[in-house]
Amino acid sequence: MSAEQFTQYLFAGITYGIIYAIVAIGFNIIYNTTGIINFAQGEFVMLGGMCAISFQRFMPLPAAIVLAVAVTMVIGALIEMIFIRWLKSPSVLRMIIITIGISILLREAALHIWGDAVRALPYFNGDEVSSVRILGTNISPQVLWVLGTCSLIVAGLSVFFRFTSLGQEMRACAANRTAATLCGINTKNMITFSFMLSAGIGALAGCVVSPITYTQYDSGTGLAIKGFTVAILGGLGNSMAAVAAGLLLGVIEAFSITVVPLAFQDAISISILLVILFARPHGLFGDRAAAGLKEF
Amino acid sequence: MDRKNLVSLLVFAIAVVAVQQATAATDTQYYLTQLTMAAYYSLVIIGLCLVMGYAGQISLGHAGFFGIGGYVSAALTTHNLAPLRDTAVVSWLAAHGLLVSGRDLYGDVLLTVPPWLACLAALTAAVVIAFVIGVPVLKLKGHYLAMATLGFGTIIYRIVLATEFFGEADGISEVPAFPLPGGLAVSGDFSARVSNYYLAWGIVLIGMTVLLNLIHSRVGRGLRAIHGAEDAAEAMGVNASRYKLYSFVISAVFAAVAGVFLTHYNGGIGPSEAGIMKSVRYVALVAVGGMASLWGTMIMGVLLNFMSLRGMFGSYDDAVFGAILILIMLFAPEGILRVQVPAAAKRIFQGRPKSVAGKTS
Repeated sequence: MSAEQFTQYLFAGITYGIIYAIVAIGFNIIYNTTGIINFAQGEFVMLGGMCAISFQRFMPLPAAIVLAVAVTMVIGALIEMIFIRWLKSPSVLRMIIITIGISILLREAALHIWGDAVRALPYFNGDEVSSVRILGTNISPQVLWVLGTCSLIVAGLSVFFRFTSLGQEMRACAANRTAATLCGINTKNMITFSFMLSAGIGALAGCVVSPITYTQYDSGTGLAIKGFTVAILGGLGNSMAAVAAGLLLGVIEAFSITVVPLAFQDAISISILLVILFARPHGLFGDRAAAGLKEF
Repeated sequence: MDRKNLVSLLVFAIAVVAVQQATAATDTQYYLTQLTMAAYYSLVIIGLCLVMGYAGQISLGHAGFFGIGGYVSAALTTHNLAPLRDTAVVSWLAAHGLLVSGRDLYGDVLLTVPPWLACLAALTAAVVIAFVIGVPVLKLKGHYLAMATLGFGTIIYRIVLATEFFGEADGISEVPAFPLPGGLAVSGDFSARVSNYYLAWGIVLIGMTVLLNLIHSRVGRGLRAIHGAEDAAEAMGVNASRYKLYSFVISAVFAAVAGVFLTHYNGGIGPSEAGIMKSVRYVALVAVGGMASLWGTMIMGVLLNFMSLRGMFGSYDDAVFGAILILIMLFAPEGILRVQVPAAAKRIFQGRPKSVAGKTS
């Protein structure tokens, strides 16, 4: 493998890896406030991309993306209010099945609205052949958009959770819901807000990545499984570790195509998921002692 | 087996005969095709019911086992082994009369594995894979178990989709009939429609008898104890991990048997049979049937599969099953056949919390 090829694979891996990390952070936000894994997380990414593609016909691209993110956030909030808010301490099995049902409904709705065609947003700068030269290799400017946007999301989230009142209330809710309620925090609203937030970042990621990976009605399922792999790999609930784990998985995947055919790429990353689940369910960076208190 | 179950099985057998007679009398025998297919699918579902309803473990990968059964059987009975005649395995099989030879359209010699041997191989594969996957997977709980089984299903789907031996996206077609003693055969042959209907339902009847006996035995009580509280069951001397593993393997065998026979009946199999949506659909049907209710699961499974196979849901097929999943889990986590309508209505209008919801699902 030449040095140029190596850098090329590395950039491809980082691009996909950071998208997985965003999906994983979406999982983590909802998991932290509710203890639920939202199996419809990948569908938010798909919805964001699809909405932006449709809106972009009537308005400039930035406005279309903002509107798409807003619409997806509303959908996220509605899902929480309709399906989850009024359930009193539902069992894990029940929540898994409900969120799987929601993901099917979103996917089928997308199929009936947008059809099964593969779509894509236009490149933000230039087109599919324009490139920037970095580290002796040519990469698409869109890759820089993806990396930049996702880094901003991650940085923005950590500022939000640390320094804003709303972010701190959400963290309080994650730490101990009963205690948070006693301190006057409306935990139900916090849960709705966590759904909005993870729908929003998922949709934004779906928009910036659409020119490279394309958007199809069923592209959410694969992303959800990869995102979950990354969330587990980093340790469920730990967003910073998810970024590292995402980059790791993305790079492994990108280099795996030098060894096995592309068609088996998904099988590779899911095998990694299974191995991690069996060997280190608390994640690569998780704490074994803390994990012992949770149920796997 | 107690008298109640015997009566249920008898009623079931009479119902099977009655439906066939009804289609004969009303000249609607074309329904038998879908009823036969629905029978094989309900075999998967009652197997899954053992894992979900009784042992309390979720599996989102059962279409994978169905796929293993169907694909191994289909691949072995259609692939021509003639070019491999000189290899040790093939020549050993040929010498012991374990291969069938025929001629293809161009008159070339065609050497394939006979269906019963392929079936044996398929079931062995399913059992071995269920054991290998089950040992680590069943240590997991909740989300982790769901994702691990979902991952397993996805891997199987990806493998059949990407392997030339399994026909890639086209699947495998022209699978031969499965000959049985007495001149019967599992095939999509038009003239054998009635006998195939009875064969399929006969297999379901056997499966049902096995499962009913199982859940009313020591093992069944152990499984229910695990569902209720695993730690407590362990304390009472139930070997939880072994019981969970056995129920997982048994249900995998049920799925694989269904896969083998349905593939021979349809004369082929495609990758969608091993897909995630199929697994989710099986889970939906167990949920609708009431989780821990074999009869409820089977009745709802036959009903909904029959409607789906007749194309009654049109292009909303998957959406219907998604909606069913949500509605059942929101309003009737104990299954649709156990909803007490007046009480449920009262509860909704008075806004009282469900007392049973958290415990049983």
